[in-house]
Amino acid sequence: MAAVEVRELSTVYPNGVRAVDGLSLRIADGEFFALLGPSGCGKTTLLRTIAGLEPAASGRVLIGDVDVTRTEPGKRRVAMVFQDYALFPHMTVTDNVAYPLRVRGVSRAERVRTAERTTASLSLAGLSDRRPAQLSGGQQQRVALARAVASGGELLLLDEPLSNLDARLRLEARTFLKRLQRELGVTTIFVTHDQAEALALADRIAVMDAGRIRQLGTPSEVFRRPASTFVANFIGSTPMNLVDGSLSNGTVLVAGAQLPALVDGAPSPEVVVGVRPEYLTLHATRPAAAAFEGTVAVVETLGVSSLVTIECADGVTIGATVPEGSEPAVTTKVYATPQPGRLLLYSRETGELLGAAGS
Amino acid sequence: MTVTAPPAAPAQEAPARPRIDVAGLGAVRGGLFVLPSLAIIGVFLLFPALWTIYIGITDYRLTGEQARNPQVVGLENYQRAFDDPLFGNSLWLTLLFVLGSAVIGQNVLGFGLAWMLRNTTPFIRRTVEAMVLLAWILPSTVVAYLWITVLDRDAGTLNALLGTPGTAWLLQYPMASLIVFNTWRGTAFSMLLYSSALAAVPPSQLETARMVGASGWQTVRDVVLPHIRGHILTNTLLISLWTANDFTPFLLTAGGPDHQSEIIAVFIYRTALEGASDLGYASAISLLVLLANLVIALFYMRMLRSRQAR
Amino acid sequence: MTPGWVLRRIGFYVLISVLMAFFTVPMLWLATAPFDANPRLGLRWPDWTLDNVEATVRHPYALGSLGNALVLCGVTGALTCALAALAAYALSRVRLPGRDALLYVLLLLSSVVTGTAAMVPIFILMTQLGLIDSQFGTALVLTGGLLPAAIFILKDFVDAVPRSYEESARVFGASPSQVLLHVVVPVVRPGLATILVWAFVNAWGNFLLPYLLLRRIDSQPAAVVMKTLQDEGGSANLTVIPVFSLLYSIPVVVLYLLVSRRYGFRFHGGIKR
Repeated sequence: MAAVEVRELSTVYPNGVRAVDGLSLRIADGEFFALLGPSGCGKTTLLRTIAGLEPAASGRVLIGDVDVTRTEPGKRRVAMVFQDYALFPHMTVTDNVAYPLRVRGVSRAERVRTAERTTASLSLAGLSDRRPAQLSGGQQQRVALARAVASGGELLLLDEPLSNLDARLRLEARTFLKRLQRELGVTTIFVTHDQAEALALADRIAVMDAGRIRQLGTPSEVFRRPASTFVANFIGSTPMNLVDGSLSNGTVLVAGAQLPALVDGAPSPEVVVGVRPEYLTLHATRPAAAAFEGTVAVVETLGVSSLVTIECADGVTIGATVPEGSEPAVTTKVYATPQPGRLLLYSRETGELLGAAGS
Repeated sequence: MTVTAPPAAPAQEAPARPRIDVAGLGAVRGGLFVLPSLAIIGVFLLFPALWTIYIGITDYRLTGEQARNPQVVGLENYQRAFDDPLFGNSLWLTLLFVLGSAVIGQNVLGFGLAWMLRNTTPFIRRTVEAMVLLAWILPSTVVAYLWITVLDRDAGTLNALLGTPGTAWLLQYPMASLIVFNTWRGTAFSMLLYSSALAAVPPSQLETARMVGASGWQTVRDVVLPHIRGHILTNTLLISLWTANDFTPFLLTAGGPDHQSEIIAVFIYRTALEGASDLGYASAISLLVLLANLVIALFYMRMLRSRQAR
Repeated sequence: MTPGWVLRRIGFYVLISVLMAFFTVPMLWLATAPFDANPRLGLRWPDWTLDNVEATVRHPYALGSLGNALVLCGVTGALTCALAALAAYALSRVRLPGRDALLYVLLLLSSVVTGTAAMVPIFILMTQLGLIDSQFGTALVLTGGLLPAAIFILKDFVDAVPRSYEESARVFGASPSQVLLHVVVPVVRPGLATILVWAFVNAWGNFLLPYLLLRRIDSQPAAVVMKTLQDEGGSANLTVIPVFSLLYSIPVVVLYLLVSRRYGFRFHGGIKR
């Protein structure tokens, strides 16, 4: 069980691309940490550099306060599960799980014992003599996890652990994974491009783009206060509303509405206003507080709620979520007020968060 | 007629409803297209193979009475082969040759090179592969002569390098020389084959082994070999077949000194065309070689099929 | 960088160098001896000269044999390529009875009936047909050995041509031979080129068959003359043999480079991911 630290780490590909660019990060002991980002952002490369599979061009990697930047992967006491699980097709489940111990020369009896114990704890009892090809996707994933657990590392690395499972299985496996990590208490770093997965599983998330961290925080922080329009765009199952606006005299003019906005240090009045559809309340009549106004263009049922697309002034559209049963009819006029503290202001030039409007 | 290309490409799958004969060739013209090839193959490949059976039971010779009037002598030639110490010698030498230079030599060296080169810089890899390949594509008479110069007793490079002047390698250690020569000559094929096979091993499995601290040898044993087991077998069969039928050693030692390196190809040649020239006997031996080839080839194709079917 | 790691890297490079030397040293002679005024059997730094080339050119049958080889291999290559193309096309497109069995048998034949196994009956056959010392006869024998594999490989190429090409040509009124010439041949040209080169190279290096069947020195190709020069004895050899070897080797190397660069085609068991 160990903390992980990365200092000014850079990993450069032979063609000159800086996949990881001067990145620094500290992960606490026992933390379930997510590296989240679109493909090509460097998250897998970062994971592999921590594993030792890619050489760092500069910077340092420390596991448990030991500098392992130049240490061979096999000596870093790290266990890794690959996206395709990498189970050895010619070995049984037991042999696969026990393999890390075999490499270390542990006796066969001891190996089998440990393997049995580990597989039982991961609900794989009774499958010991099967080959990978005879297992379901979910079972294969758990065998790969069992192998990682059995190897007794200080750090667990997961590369897109759920992406090879089909949708239904993925949700079950997610809960399973979260529970497992809690029970084991081992520091875990996992890579994903699925923001819902990262939000559900992680204690903290690093949102990455082009080899750098764009935001580091708890799921709640990243969801509620995305540090930039990039993060805002990436997080959230329904896209955040991001609309151009301009500041003037303590208010922001956006989509034809004038909303209170007290923000200091804005470099220019040109801003992007961000508010999640879930944090907009719809009214049929003009409310007392400042609000967006427009006509309902589209209503999409999402199950327990619906997404209402509202067309405002100048053709700008915003979305708002309403609970089931209160969907307005199309072409009716509606007003939308943001919940307190949920209206975020971003610099139009840099995309960085300037502050929350008002409170 | 040894062909250097193993045509082991997997057959194309026909589409669900095979629309063949789209050009309107028709069976007759189609047959005519195939006919010339079949004719040549029939006359110059199939017929000789079958005719061997007949000649093998005669006492045909190049000169003398038996040349004009060959008599059928039944299985006498085969009987003779059974008792002939020179034939037994040849078989044994061929076995040594195949085991030493193909099964062990080319296989191990080919795999070793493929394994070592897999992660080196492209420059090193290309250079080494180029040299190994060059040894394979240079014509056989040239490489044979190159090795004659290397192994020469008085001026040879080997003696100069090892500091053993006066060792006539081809005379004193003929089989060892031939084995080393053939390993040198043919490693390229195995190297390329194993290179391909190694590239097909899933990298994530290799990396998993690396993550758990497996050594190079453990990785080969536990991850690589299981994946390439089939390839090892088919490769060994193929290069053994080629090596057993190889005539090139004739250019180096001509079977000598005194039959010490008379592998089967040379034995057949000398029996048929040197000295007493016993074509009937040589033909009987040839048939035995054909049958041995047949067994190996059938086994090889069966192995290929079963691997492709998976 | 642990000492163990450094040691292993050194060991690795030493091993690679040794293997490189193993493969390169025998061939170095081919680079030095042809241009050496005092050629020896051993490797030595040459006294650079081009006189040996002149001597080889003047040699009575050195260049002639190269010419013979060109003819022999050219005919073999052309014959193999043309006949295999026709057969491959027919086998790919027409449902001939017993087609798969035929291909299987052909493949088997070509691996089983090697020069070693068939040299005796071939020799007798050609003697009785009066085709000893016939360039064309030898070419036929060589073709016979190369055809099965050539057909097999070309058939793969033809199979890969979408049948819709031929169908549309036919709809436009092309006759079968026009379809073949205008549509199919251009598309399988890489395959044809490969087979042509492959057959040529195989024939170029073949020693046994010309040795067996071409008895007169002036009809022998380079492969055989190489040996004749060696057997002749005499010191004139080392002037001619190295240059001759080089001249004899260069076409093969060049052709191999051309084909593998252009078409990336490597014969090694067809392993695909």
